[in-house]
Amino acid sequence: MGMAMIEKIDRLLPGWIKESGPEGEVVLSSRIRLARNLRDLPFPHYAGEKQLEEVINLTEKALKQPAPDKGRLKLVRLDAIDQLERMVLLEKHLISPNLVKNPAHRGVILRDDECLAIMINEEDHLRIQAMLSGLQLDKAWELADKIDDYLEASLDYAFDEERGYLTACPTNVGTGLRVSVMVHLPALGMVGQVKKVLAALAHVGLNVRGVYGEGTESVGNLFQISNQVTLGHSEEDLVGKLVSLTRQVVEQEKTARRALLKESRVQLENKVYRAYGLLTQSRLLNSHEAMLLLSDLLLGVEAGLVPTVRAQAVKELFLLIRVAILQQLIGKELQPEERDYYRAMVIREHLK
Amino acid sequence: MWCERCKQRPATVHITKVINNQKSEKHLCEVCAQASGSDLGFLFEPNFSFHNLLAGLLEGEMGMEDTLAPSTMERRRACPVCNLTFTDFRRIGKLGCGVCYTEFGPRLDPLLRRIHGSTVHTGKAPKRTGGAIRVKKEIEQLRKKLNEAIKREAYEEAAKLRDEIRAKEKNLK
Repeated sequence: MGMAMIEKIDRLLPGWIKESGPEGEVVLSSRIRLARNLRDLPFPHYAGEKQLEEVINLTEKALKQPAPDKGRLKLVRLDAIDQLERMVLLEKHLISPNLVKNPAHRGVILRDDECLAIMINEEDHLRIQAMLSGLQLDKAWELADKIDDYLEASLDYAFDEERGYLTACPTNVGTGLRVSVMVHLPALGMVGQVKKVLAALAHVGLNVRGVYGEGTESVGNLFQISNQVTLGHSEEDLVGKLVSLTRQVVEQEKTARRALLKESRVQLENKVYRAYGLLTQSRLLNSHEAMLLLSDLLLGVEAGLVPTVRAQAVKELFLLIRVAILQQLIGKELQPEERDYYRAMVIREHLK
Repeated sequence: MWCERCKQRPATVHITKVINNQKSEKHLCEVCAQASGSDLGFLFEPNFSFHNLLAGLLEGEMGMEDTLAPSTMERRRACPVCNLTFTDFRRIGKLGCGVCYTEFGPRLDPLLRRIHGSTVHTGKAPKRTGGAIRVKKEIEQLRKKLNEAIKREAYEEAAKLRDEIRAKEKNLK
């Protein structure tokens, strides 16, 4: 692969996917989201254009205040960029589908490493998001907490002594905090235990959904686990609960991986090497098939079966093969059949 | 805001009509709204049945017990800042602004309890405005002590407490 392409990939990928974090064999990323609203303006769904603009202006002004180590932040107006660029931000998990559909008077503040993104005029005036690799929810919370303090120094938040941070939807009121992790559970999938583990998590009040695919179905064994309750517990409690439950999921997945290696090594090797073969030889790959194969390959790489491939390269491909990111990388709009061709090419090159 | 028909009672019923993209607004008191007859008939019994049905469905879904269902009057009272009514809220499932939480107050309790198992925030508070909240709580405590001191006729102590409260109140402003 050419140097230009490698540099382009490096620029395109957000910081949290480029490095491996703690428990990185199972936990791909940690995310903290804080919902905040400004005191004197109606919530976005009930606000007029002028009021939405005022939210953007006030936030922009707040960003100009000096602060130690806030990093380089820039405001991107979503009505000032094109649809492909918006889709790229969506695929990088920096903005929501809502903002892609409704870009007028909406924006996002991005830190240069894209580990911090603040959506403006989503369901709430501000949605502060901090994302880090692996299981680093404590650090992500610190990061979001700090930027929250920084913004609050010059913005008047809608806050009530009894109800806490006030949000458009009562499901977010209180802390406004959504704590989540993205986990890769291929071995639990193979031994038929994934549904059981996920059901147990739902039972203790956590939300589980497939990262790609509909509802709880997942493509590529990637799941997002998050808290449901935001009111009546401190932020530290909510973070702590998700950390300890995630650790248990990690333990279960690792146990399943060891069992597979011990009890059905040949079947596991067969699955992994077939995936490796298809990924490195195919000339056409659709995103669904690619996701399934990448999941199998990642399992093999983490189990030490494919020493020539870096785990991080496979994780990066989960993002690089997405439709908009792929087109951004190739540098032109691609027809569906062209996408499969370039997708296969990018995968071959990136696994070299 | 006064009722635009009788100009004698406060307007508590706010009606927004959109016909052929033409938006018209009416602000009436309960009495005039009732009296204005067929024009607004869709708002009232028995023509209200469809809305009742919808609200009933939402009530079940949102865990509002019947005893807590607000009266017709309450339902139409709008948030003074954004004009959202409780009925609007139940239809769209979102509040209109921060003041709605104060306005609808305890009527949100059953819903919050159902979603969160709790109705009171125990987490972070904003540093600037949250600081004031902390001070307010301290003042509340001091007031209680002050009342006790007065009951005990411990006037010297009461005077001290009063000064302390005044100093804190001054800081709040």
